[in-house]
Amino acid sequence: MHHDHDTPAGDLLVILRHAPHGSGWLREGLDVALVAAAFGGDVSLLFMGEGVTALVEDQAAGALDQKGTAPTLRMLEMYDIDTLWVEAEALARFGLSADELMLAPRVLQAEDSAELIRRHARVLTF
Amino acid sequence: MRYAILLMGAPYSDQASHSALRFARSVLARGHCLEAVFFYHDGVYNAARLAAPPQDEPHLTDGWVALCEQHDVALQVCIAAALRRGLMDEREAARHGKNGHSVEAPFELTGVGQLVDLSQRCDRLVTFGP
Repeated sequence: MHHDHDTPAGDLLVILRHAPHGSGWLREGLDVALVAAAFGGDVSLLFMGEGVTALVEDQAAGALDQKGTAPTLRMLEMYDIDTLWVEAEALARFGLSADELMLAPRVLQAEDSAELIRRHARVLTF
Repeated sequence: MRYAILLMGAPYSDQASHSALRFARSVLARGHCLEAVFFYHDGVYNAARLAAPPQDEPHLTDGWVALCEQHDVALQVCIAAALRRGLMDEREAARHGKNGHSVEAPFELTGVGQLVDLSQRCDRLVTFGP
């Protein structure tokens, strides 16, 4: 990372690689992040691949009658989870820009992802 | 070294459960400590009491039970992931008014907090998923 002073080494990095509605992965990954934060851990999230679509604004619950993950994402701040990363490559792939996403994530360049992962003591991937 | 395993793949659907069980046995054979296996996502199906695979295939549920009996490995199943998928012990079955139960000891229903705790206490937490 190029700005180590404003991105201190974290404790737990939760990597989310799945879109919100097609499977339970995102929901179950977010549950782990919330519980870890509730236990007092310093938790960061990295949205990779189609996981970036979780942050698209104004999502409804969806046709499948699932609860959707947007309400959970809005709770992150309450749990002091405020370091959110999105992959630049994934944004480009889905035609998104970081400023149209909810929760103001930071953009991670591909060459920095290894370093981000290395700086965390624990990494869980969903 | 103190290990824990996070297993998120359903048994027989993909390689994850078979690989996790083989890894668990290897870790123990090398003299390390395997503190626990945490079953999450579709991995909770590994705890199904009624699993009846063909006799010429490895019996994954029995495999986990043997690890627990021989090496005292805790078998922790995420309760939220399990209940959603119809996996519950006698106590939860009674609580939810269900006939019969699908999980029994030595598998224990527990919360995600246990996974967080394992990741903090163990030297290595190794994830197996599809």
